[in-house]
Amino acid sequence: MSGSKKKKFDTATMRRVIGLVTPERGYLAAGLVFAAVNVALTLTAPILIGLAVDRIVGPGEVDFAGMTPILAALAAVALGGALAGWLMTLCTNTVTYRAVRRLRQALFDKFSALPIAAIDRQARGDLVSRMTNDVEQLATGLLQGFSQLFTGVLTILGTLAFMFRLHPPTALVVVVLTPLSLFVASFIASHIHAMFTGQAEVQGRMTGFAREQIEGQKVVRAFGSEARSEARYEELNRELYRYGVRGQFYSALTNPCTRFVNALVYAAVGLTGALTVISGGLTVGGLSSFLSYANQYTKPFNEISGVAAEFQAALAGAARVFKVLDEPDQTPDAPDAKVLSDCRGRVELEGVDFSYTPDRPLIRDLSVWAKPGQHIALVGPTGCGKTTVINLLMRFYDPQSGSIRVDGVETRDYTRDSLRAGFGMVLQDTWLFSGTIRENIAYGRPDATDDEVIAAAKAAHAHSFIKRLAKGYDTPIAEGGGNLSQGQRQLLCIARVMLTDPPMLILDEATSSIDTRTEVKIQRAFDEMMAGRTSFVVAHRLSTIRSADCILMMRDGRIVEKGTHDELMAKNGAYAALYNSQFAPTEG
Amino acid sequence: MRKLAVYLRPYRLQCILGPAAKLVEAVFELIVPLVMAKIIDVGIPSGDRGYVVRMCGVLALLALVGLCCAVFCQYSAARASQGFGTSLRAAVFGRINALSHAELDAVGASSLVNRLTADVNQLQTAVAMLIRLVIRAPFLVIGSCIMAMRIDLGISVIFLIAAVLIALTLYLVMSRSVPYYRVIQQKLDRIGLVTAENLEGARVIRAFSRQKAERARFAAANEDSFETSVRVGGIGALTGPLNYLVVNLAILAIVAAGGAKVNLGGLTRGEIVALVNYMNQILLALVVVANLVVVFTRAAASAGRVNEILALTPSIESPEHAAEPAERADQRVAFDRVTFRYPGAGEAALEEITFTARPGETVGVIGGTGSGKSSLISLIPRFYDPAAGAVRVEGVPVKDWPLDALRRRIGLVPQRAQLFSGTIRENLALGAPDAGDEDLWWALETAQAADFVRRLPAGLDAPVEQGGANFSGGQRQRLTIARALVRRPKILILDDSASALDFATDAALRRALRREGAGMTVFLVSQRVNTVRAADKILVLDDGRLVGVGTHAELFTSCETYREICLSQLTGEEAAR
Repeated sequence: MSGSKKKKFDTATMRRVIGLVTPERGYLAAGLVFAAVNVALTLTAPILIGLAVDRIVGPGEVDFAGMTPILAALAAVALGGALAGWLMTLCTNTVTYRAVRRLRQALFDKFSALPIAAIDRQARGDLVSRMTNDVEQLATGLLQGFSQLFTGVLTILGTLAFMFRLHPPTALVVVVLTPLSLFVASFIASHIHAMFTGQAEVQGRMTGFAREQIEGQKVVRAFGSEARSEARYEELNRELYRYGVRGQFYSALTNPCTRFVNALVYAAVGLTGALTVISGGLTVGGLSSFLSYANQYTKPFNEISGVAAEFQAALAGAARVFKVLDEPDQTPDAPDAKVLSDCRGRVELEGVDFSYTPDRPLIRDLSVWAKPGQHIALVGPTGCGKTTVINLLMRFYDPQSGSIRVDGVETRDYTRDSLRAGFGMVLQDTWLFSGTIRENIAYGRPDATDDEVIAAAKAAHAHSFIKRLAKGYDTPIAEGGGNLSQGQRQLLCIARVMLTDPPMLILDEATSSIDTRTEVKIQRAFDEMMAGRTSFVVAHRLSTIRSADCILMMRDGRIVEKGTHDELMAKNGAYAALYNSQFAPTEG
Repeated sequence: MRKLAVYLRPYRLQCILGPAAKLVEAVFELIVPLVMAKIIDVGIPSGDRGYVVRMCGVLALLALVGLCCAVFCQYSAARASQGFGTSLRAAVFGRINALSHAELDAVGASSLVNRLTADVNQLQTAVAMLIRLVIRAPFLVIGSCIMAMRIDLGISVIFLIAAVLIALTLYLVMSRSVPYYRVIQQKLDRIGLVTAENLEGARVIRAFSRQKAERARFAAANEDSFETSVRVGGIGALTGPLNYLVVNLAILAIVAAGGAKVNLGGLTRGEIVALVNYMNQILLALVVVANLVVVFTRAAASAGRVNEILALTPSIESPEHAAEPAERADQRVAFDRVTFRYPGAGEAALEEITFTARPGETVGVIGGTGSGKSSLISLIPRFYDPAAGAVRVEGVPVKDWPLDALRRRIGLVPQRAQLFSGTIRENLALGAPDAGDEDLWWALETAQAADFVRRLPAGLDAPVEQGGANFSGGQRQRLTIARALVRRPKILILDDSASALDFATDAALRRALRREGAGMTVFLVSQRVNTVRAADKILVLDDGRLVGVGTHAELFTSCETYREICLSQLTGEEAAR
């Protein structure tokens, strides 16, 4: 059959999914009990109906006295069956959603425990989609899986038992014929598989194309290529239509085909049953029960084939989640790690080697000494390792060799939290979270008073634009920060750091999106704040670093020149060349 | 929904024949219990084995014809729904393509993409369901009731009561759970949002040691989602059991009432079995109806969103019968007291801007963030219309230009270097499909991009990934500059386009533009004084107003804002030289 074509069943993932739901043993057991009750009662109902029908023979031959207790039992069975069915679903819902909640929290905790390197390496959207779509897929699979596992399997077993008790030969007919519908379903499934992958592939390409075109719509417009983009879309659209019609048609065949098989089973049961009644082996009521069973018996088979696909998808989603959960955490802080406090700001890097990928060394034998209160500037072409130095200082990454010390102690010997608290950091990437402006400024110090928040905003020259917003400091930051310009976001990030008043400062292209006049004012505020404190500044606008105590000119992960602006200009080397290229004449 | 029916019109035939075939199948399904009743009432009492075999043969035949009808219906549904989806998608895409910047800004790209994909798919599913089920399910319900009436009018009252009760439970359960599906989705979006924020802000969060607070924020979102799911799941789980209860109580009533009638001779035993069968069929059909309601509720929302797009009219359209104006030697671009305001914004982005740019001139545009630089240049290709005043190209107001002719003359390099997946050649030829290799290489040379393109193994045919992800920021920027140059535009607009270039490349680019772009009017938008200082004319913008026009030397002495910008970037000595 198609078994060989299907992907191998992922037992390892299955075992972990089971592990995920086992803490809910109580609910699982209760669910199973309710399912058993539900199935038993559901199967009893046709028998009762059959028995009642047998009390009705013909005019004047109706046994009302015998019928009454049967009908009373039927009412009780209907009520109990419905109640048990509802309770069972409540139990499986609870098991599923609790498992999902636990899995999500574990995944989130994993995200916070992963080394930054692991987060940098993977596409954000993909990780988020594991948290939302994949877990959701698992939930759907679990919900349906439970109801099938519980009621479906029990129903099949139960009906079989009942039917064999009623009349073995007729039961045998049902048992022999029913796998037919399974066979038909899997036969169709294996044939539509190719069609579906084709459809999914075209659909993916088409969505990709549409997204790209719509996001670049303004460019399309500027270059007047609307007609061509429409033609290309039309082409993909037609291709999708071809695949879509066939894919949808073939997949829609499963239902009528299995229904056809079921109808045949029904006819066969009718035939053997009726003949048996004639020969006296079965009552008419028994036949009526049999016909109900024939319907009930085939239904779970059809559903299970549908759920199997759903469950495969759920396992695939779960596997993607487990893959993240299996990634190694960042190395924990040493048990005897020191807490950095009363930091004086002496920072030393000595013989540091580092690379993001083993085959491409980035930083080689880097040594930097910063005395307390010094302002160190890092300059150099893109990709020379400036930002990497910042990553190493903050211990977002650890160097392969060499030593990094703060106040004479290896940074690895501090707790990460206390080390990072020693640095105030503003990055080019202006991250804000979806709270209000006030919450964002107070991010590093949630207990700050309103006055302190406003003072920080004023120092960062953000107060005036915040004031002009409709809700001022209570303006929520829109998702993705769409309601603020890049420059305004950067001002908020600066205010955020100003409020924490850190002993050391790291500015990585911190003012790149702010116009130069505002930048000068902010620079002044930074200078005031940083008087006597150590700071590291990365900038490609050379005007912002002219006053640094020490400028490190980097190239290919090494320091090629070191000194003050005047010293380096006098040296007339790489820095001077870079500096003068700012003023390269346009003519000639 | 009605507006969208237009796209279904070509498939009128499928829309009628499909449900009709399905109807035939349903009729046959309704006959099945009758045949079974005959077997019980005629075949069994008389012991006529031949009759029983014949009747079972009829059952098999009914099943076969039913299968054929169902297959035909499924095929009609596939044709019609996919065809409908295809033409609707084309229409929506075409409409999006015709929208102006103002509408694109208002709706947003991700929302447009969602409507084009998810919403259209939802509608497509709804059409398929419509053809496949919308006739069948209600027909089975009503048909079962009618068959029951034919058997016994009195007992069919039980059917009516049961049907009403079931419909009522469905309505009550669904009206209490369906609205929550959106809430569940919102809670899930919140989980996604907090996760995305935490991944993106991993450095900042760890720098501020806020992991615990973030964990609490996530746990709250997670808990919220859990509680809603459990609550809504609990309500939704009522449907099946309640229906089961109603149907079985109805069966009970049928057997009791039927028994009494049989006793009086008004009904047969087989007919009671048939009635029980019809009752079971109603249960199955109503569950389908419930699903249909969910699908159509969602489809109605989707239809609303799609219609919104289709109803948008581009705010800027090409004037009819406009002729392409001739070139002029004395002026190329002129702003005459132009005031501009973004739709929905209170404050004007530009106020009373007046200036003229001649052929061959290089115009620098400088000013702080939000001073209106990008707004100013977006009026030249008529991406927006000004609120007052006139923008003229070759002396003719841009409103009177055929849009494509106007834009053909302009080479625009936007701030964000946006490339499309394909090849370098396809990207470069975006605005000039018939450009030859020579033109492409000339543009690459001028844009300082020839060196790295030449080093690629496939050269011009090198692949470009989505968003140009396989090129560095500087390379992307130079490619977008080359793309603008391929059209040999009369007006070249560089909107802060050199920001990712190092100083030396930036300077070389400006030199090449001087050399190669004879007669071309170049707009250089920048925050860097050094990028604009050699321009023939510099426009200084501050808060939407033009505060200075002139050369570097003139402005440095006469314009306070310009002087401040200069001194913030250069030392006094550097600025003066």
